[in-house]
Amino acid sequence: MQRASFALLFALSAFTVVAVAEDTLHLYNWSDYVAEDTLSGFEAETGIRPRLDVYDSNEVLEAKLFAGQSGYDLVFPTARPFAARHLKAGLYLPLDKTKLTGLDRLDPAIMSQLASIDPDNAHIVPYMWGTSGLGVNRDKVQAALGEAADLDTWALIFDPDTAAKLGDCGISLLDDPTEVFSAALAYLGKDPNSLDKADLDAASALIKAVYPHVRYFHSSQYMSDLANGDLCVAMGYSGDVFQAQSRAEEAGKGVVIDYLLPREGAAVWIDVMAIPKDAPNPDAAHAFIAYMLQPGAIAAVSNAVYYANANLEATPLLDEEVREDPTIYPPAEVKARLFAPSERSDREIRELNRLWTRLKANR
Amino acid sequence: MPAPPPNQSRQAHRTSRLVNIGIPYLWLGLFFLLPFVIVLQISVAEPALAQPPYTALWQWIDEGLLRIEINLRNFMLVGQDDLYLSALLNSLQVAFICTLLCLLLGYPMAYAIATAPERWRIILLMLIVLPFWTSFLIRVYAWIGILKSNGLLNDLLIWSGLIDTPLAILHTNTAIYIGVVYSYLPFMILPLYANLTRLDLSLLEAAADLGCRPMRAFLRVTLPLSMAGIVAGSMLVFIPVVGEFVIPDLLGGPGSLMIGKLLWTEFFSNKDWPLASALAILLLALLVVPFVMMQRLQQRMEGSRP
Repeated sequence: MQRASFALLFALSAFTVVAVAEDTLHLYNWSDYVAEDTLSGFEAETGIRPRLDVYDSNEVLEAKLFAGQSGYDLVFPTARPFAARHLKAGLYLPLDKTKLTGLDRLDPAIMSQLASIDPDNAHIVPYMWGTSGLGVNRDKVQAALGEAADLDTWALIFDPDTAAKLGDCGISLLDDPTEVFSAALAYLGKDPNSLDKADLDAASALIKAVYPHVRYFHSSQYMSDLANGDLCVAMGYSGDVFQAQSRAEEAGKGVVIDYLLPREGAAVWIDVMAIPKDAPNPDAAHAFIAYMLQPGAIAAVSNAVYYANANLEATPLLDEEVREDPTIYPPAEVKARLFAPSERSDREIRELNRLWTRLKANR
Repeated sequence: MPAPPPNQSRQAHRTSRLVNIGIPYLWLGLFFLLPFVIVLQISVAEPALAQPPYTALWQWIDEGLLRIEINLRNFMLVGQDDLYLSALLNSLQVAFICTLLCLLLGYPMAYAIATAPERWRIILLMLIVLPFWTSFLIRVYAWIGILKSNGLLNDLLIWSGLIDTPLAILHTNTAIYIGVVYSYLPFMILPLYANLTRLDLSLLEAAADLGCRPMRAFLRVTLPLSMAGIVAGSMLVFIPVVGEFVIPDLLGGPGSLMIGKLLWTEFFSNKDWPLASALAILLLALLVVPFVMMQRLQQRMEGSRP
């Protein structure tokens, strides 16, 4: 009798283990990129247990995807050039749109942009979009450059005299050749996506000239350093700088951080949701996408991370400070200054990356 | 009890010997040779936009036609581009200096522990091993908090009035040296300690009886006898530090070019697995040479002993 009940218990527990495994969703997303209640809200609504791992660069995500069997059900790559390349390599599962209601709420302008890399929007759904600009510690920069200095310019980083004045209080650049080269090219008044050798040489020379004043190249470290007052200028992603801003306010040490879109132009990017073709639980991934298509859920993320979303019905639900901020939801005249990164071949990327490694090592 | 027939026991002996020798070889084959062959195979492939991101070594074209492609361009590129050579030299330099610093710091510590009273020894050893209970990553990360410009060290120095402006240590080579020496010191101390505890103290007494001063006795008796520990400790520090990635990535600056970081870039940013593999193979070849030389030297030393 007792043995039988033991066997039953054992069988039951084995069953629950399987059930739990089936109803788990493995997310691989950027760090600091969901609202506090996103995961709990999703679990309450669907009963699926979400597990979140985070990364801070597309490259890390990409390496896992290309290696295969990453074990993740849903990933959040940047559309260009990354998701575009993944789509070419056939890494993503086509979406089952019968499981997704509310795709029609998404901004047609963004959807048509994505359709240029993903015909019929068959594989990817926009998550958040933002810009790459300048995070500035206003007081420190004004102390170094004077009250009247213009702050909304790449000159803070790329003008050697200015950079020399700001070097002591700290300049950081994103560890990403595409971002830094396009910013340098924009500052030089050239096509930010140019791969022309003369243009790249000019941009390299510019980066070399300011190199001694750059404290580090990193794609997430600047958030806490800006907030602590360890940096005075950081090239960074819009929402990350805003998060640094609110952390600085919370800390109450009098550090004031601004996010500025340089007048010379800045990169705009879209992060998307996509299901790897070897995802263990694509149904749960669809459920998460469906959840994020609800205006309330995605608005909560935007309110928390200060990035714009593509859901038109979510806009009225946003906090006023997010909705009205011209650097988060830019008006048309600001939008005109933004540019999207263009696609590149593998060879071009490799050459750019080698140039980048050499530059970073100052050789 | 009747003795087993001799030829049966010989057979059993042979089987057990085969098993005894076989297990380590199997281990080496499975966990060293096989991964090495895989890396070698990737190093002669070409990068491709696929999953996995490189071309296959062989391909069945037709019935009976097998095409094998071996691409040596990766090795050639490593030779042509001075970036890789300078990263390699820099890594070797960092590893050499760190090994030396670990030895200078670790030897007295190991000696002190080995000669300490029995009840102290275990406590001192615990203190050496204790940091391992915290994750390596966390310990390296903690150094960021200590070394940064408004971190513990600078705050302390400014508070004590020794300096006025914070020292820029984080994101420099100095920070790498500090992080590496801190992280790898136990790997130097433990083999040295194991070696020094076996030191026959009567030899030192004999030296003293024969009129040898302590310093000279140390140089002529203790040091040569602990050479095996020095070599073992130095290897345990030097070899992993050459390929170290975490410490230079977290504590180093943009100028600290090390082969581990370069491998990361090739693997992640460039998705150039073949080139990364070629670099890894060359690094291995470069490290095996001094290791073999060291072993030869040791064998010769042992051979020359009376």
